[in-house]
Amino acid sequence: MMKAMISKNLARNETLVLLVIIGFCIFAAVSDPSFLSIPTLTDLLRGSIVLTIFAVAAMLVLVSGGIDVSFTAIAAFTMYATAMLLNTYAPGVPWYLALVLGMVIGACLGSINGALIAGLGLPTLIVTLGTLSVFRGFMLTFIGQKQITTLPPGMREFGRMMMIRGENADGSFYALPWAFAATIMVVLVTWFILHRTMLGRSIFAIGGSVESARRIGINVRATQFFIYVYVGALAGLGGMIHSSMARVANPFDLVGLELYVIAAVVLGGARLAGGYGTLTGTLLGVALIVLVRNSLVVIGVPATWQSVAVGILILIGTGLPAWQAKRAAARAA
Amino acid sequence: MTLNLDAPDLITLVGVTKTYSGITALNDVSITIKRGEAVCLAGENGSGKSTLIKILAGVERCDSGRIEFSGVEQTVLNPRLCAASGIKVIFQDFSLFPNLSVAENIAFSAEISTGAKLFHKKRVDELARITMQRVGVDLDLNAAVETLSVAHKQLVAICRALATDARLIIMDEPTTALTEKEVRALLAIIRRLKADGVAVLFVSHKLAEVLEVCESVMVLRNGKKVAEGPAHEFDANILTRHMTGRDVAPSAPSPLDSAAPQLLSVKNLAKSGAFQDVSFNLHQGEVLGISGLLGSGRTALAKALFGLVAPDAGSIAIQGKDIALGDPLKAAAAGIGYVPEDRLTEGLFLLQPIARNVAIGRLEAHASTGGLLNLATLWSETADWLKRLKVKTSSIEAPVRSLSGGNQQRVVLARWLARGPKVLVLNGPSVGVDVGSKAEIHEIIAGLSQQGLGVIVISDDLPELLSTCHRILVMKEGRIIEDVAGNAINEADLAHRLAS
Repeated sequence: MMKAMISKNLARNETLVLLVIIGFCIFAAVSDPSFLSIPTLTDLLRGSIVLTIFAVAAMLVLVSGGIDVSFTAIAAFTMYATAMLLNTYAPGVPWYLALVLGMVIGACLGSINGALIAGLGLPTLIVTLGTLSVFRGFMLTFIGQKQITTLPPGMREFGRMMMIRGENADGSFYALPWAFAATIMVVLVTWFILHRTMLGRSIFAIGGSVESARRIGINVRATQFFIYVYVGALAGLGGMIHSSMARVANPFDLVGLELYVIAAVVLGGARLAGGYGTLTGTLLGVALIVLVRNSLVVIGVPATWQSVAVGILILIGTGLPAWQAKRAAARAA
Repeated sequence: MTLNLDAPDLITLVGVTKTYSGITALNDVSITIKRGEAVCLAGENGSGKSTLIKILAGVERCDSGRIEFSGVEQTVLNPRLCAASGIKVIFQDFSLFPNLSVAENIAFSAEISTGAKLFHKKRVDELARITMQRVGVDLDLNAAVETLSVAHKQLVAICRALATDARLIIMDEPTTALTEKEVRALLAIIRRLKADGVAVLFVSHKLAEVLEVCESVMVLRNGKKVAEGPAHEFDANILTRHMTGRDVAPSAPSPLDSAAPQLLSVKNLAKSGAFQDVSFNLHQGEVLGISGLLGSGRTALAKALFGLVAPDAGSIAIQGKDIALGDPLKAAAAGIGYVPEDRLTEGLFLLQPIARNVAIGRLEAHASTGGLLNLATLWSETADWLKRLKVKTSSIEAPVRSLSGGNQQRVVLARWLARGPKVLVLNGPSVGVDVGSKAEIHEIIAGLSQQGLGVIVISDDLPELLSTCHRILVMKEGRIIEDVAGNAINEADLAHRLAS
């Protein structure tokens, strides 16, 4: 019984990822004793703020049985357009209204995905590949290509708001911005939607079987539409936070990140076929990706090997459970 | 919507007709289902029974005719309205959510119909537990449905239907995936439901086993109602005659030539956890049945014969020559063919054309040096086999998915026969196949045996075994416990030996 439970838990992606994270940290701590420190932790947390928001969004889509690759384009579009809008028409808008505006713009863009997917029933990958390109091209052609170095005051203020601030022994500073709280909010709200609302359970149900969902009276279209609007809003928020923290709105930022994000979510146990995905797994997946992106250098791996390392992690992280499942199935037969 | 809940007639259909692009699927069909009554709706594939289910479920609208629920005429029907009126369809695939828990699967539609926005796990668990009690089953509420057996999945589907105040449960092909024992358990549950005032409509082509709980029977053929009456006036033969419009007499296999040389010999084959110490011989032209309950090791043994499961010990020899164990390619090269139980996932390329599904088994034989295919001979041979096995299709270029179950089975057979095997292992040859096709598949088996092939039929369909096999091996807990001649045993006797 105990043994069965252990091997069952070992087969889960969450456990595997957690073990890899712990192993990585031990290795890093041995290579560089200063690795285990508050500055490293705040660095990693800061690095995971935007990635986590994106990953939560991407996980939601995977659970529903779809895939969204356009969220980085939505995020870039949103942060750039909002900064431009506010600078031009309403520079005095406070930071929270700026974030809300960003989420509204993101949600509007997401609703285009939603309309194409839920309304016309088109395949999610094709639609979001298309809109990824359209949103990005539209922004670069009609809104602008030059980065905005002077953000609206509200966004600048938000970027400077720190939850934790401190000074290291060597005189350098570390800090964790309040944007981290926004990420926690996103995780909590998404957890509530997924596990405490019928809407959330419907998302799981659709991911399990669309046809069955339709047959028992779940409004599949409305649910799908919600998913892409929600993802759009989260992408918008992520974009706003990214530019506030970077103190610049660079239209060429973010795009390309979607593969890392989806990798993190898949590492966390969400299945591309839909129906499965946990927030714990997603957070662990993000943690691992952020560790690899930020700290690979610490354990002596050249930075250029980053993508190789991420790729190997994906292959092992998703391949091992799949292989175990296959063996279990073979034994059962 | 107001309904007279005490009206004796739950559902009345009068003169319902439905056509799809010029083809009449239902022609002037009338039925009445009363409260607490179980009705059999029998018909072969394509007889219009699926269309009837869809109309009752509100998925399709009839072209003409009248539909009454509890005596009130219904003009606009949709799935939600039908569900709200207590009509629940349990589809053949059960339409469950594999990734969700038993409790959620049971309570999901009930929760939706309350219009709740929030998800209350306690309420869901409570409803699931009460419903399971009512049905008299006990499953782990938190188990993911994908981990359950087919029979348990069906129970979850029944519970789900009952969780929302079901007044009529329509069960599509309820018994095809169940063993005899599970069917008996299902019948017990149906009796409970009827006592509760719930009506049940069985829709199937394999209904003889549910007749005993039914009040009335109705048979559809080519969209028309061809027979109707109280259940006690029907038996398997009468049902079959009405469904097919002809007599399909259960036949015994022609006697085996006692001098037939030995073809296949299996010695002390074992696989831990599946089967032990399995030894038997198969002669040329012999049809050997292997039966046993689910879990008796029959499926693992079937797979082991073809190398899909690697045995731990023992040997398999064809005409005295040992073949490598656990290697399907070598088994095929040695002349063993295997037709899996689950054609859809294991045996066919569903989206590919029929012809290609047959031709794939013959690519090597029609390849010239350099690996180029001689398409002309490949296609003519393929077409020839499809014709010999009477695969009914408008075009051999149509995807296999468009065929009926019986014709799909023939396509798998054609692929193997084209290779000229010596031994053919048929796992559940007529699962999911209608009565007419079943008889034809049995004829094909008889024909193969006359040509000198050794055929092994693995099945728990006892009449099928009795009408095709010269000899039947009964498996229990991984061992062969009986070896009986097919003509020396009857169905009741065999059923007893299986379950004992």
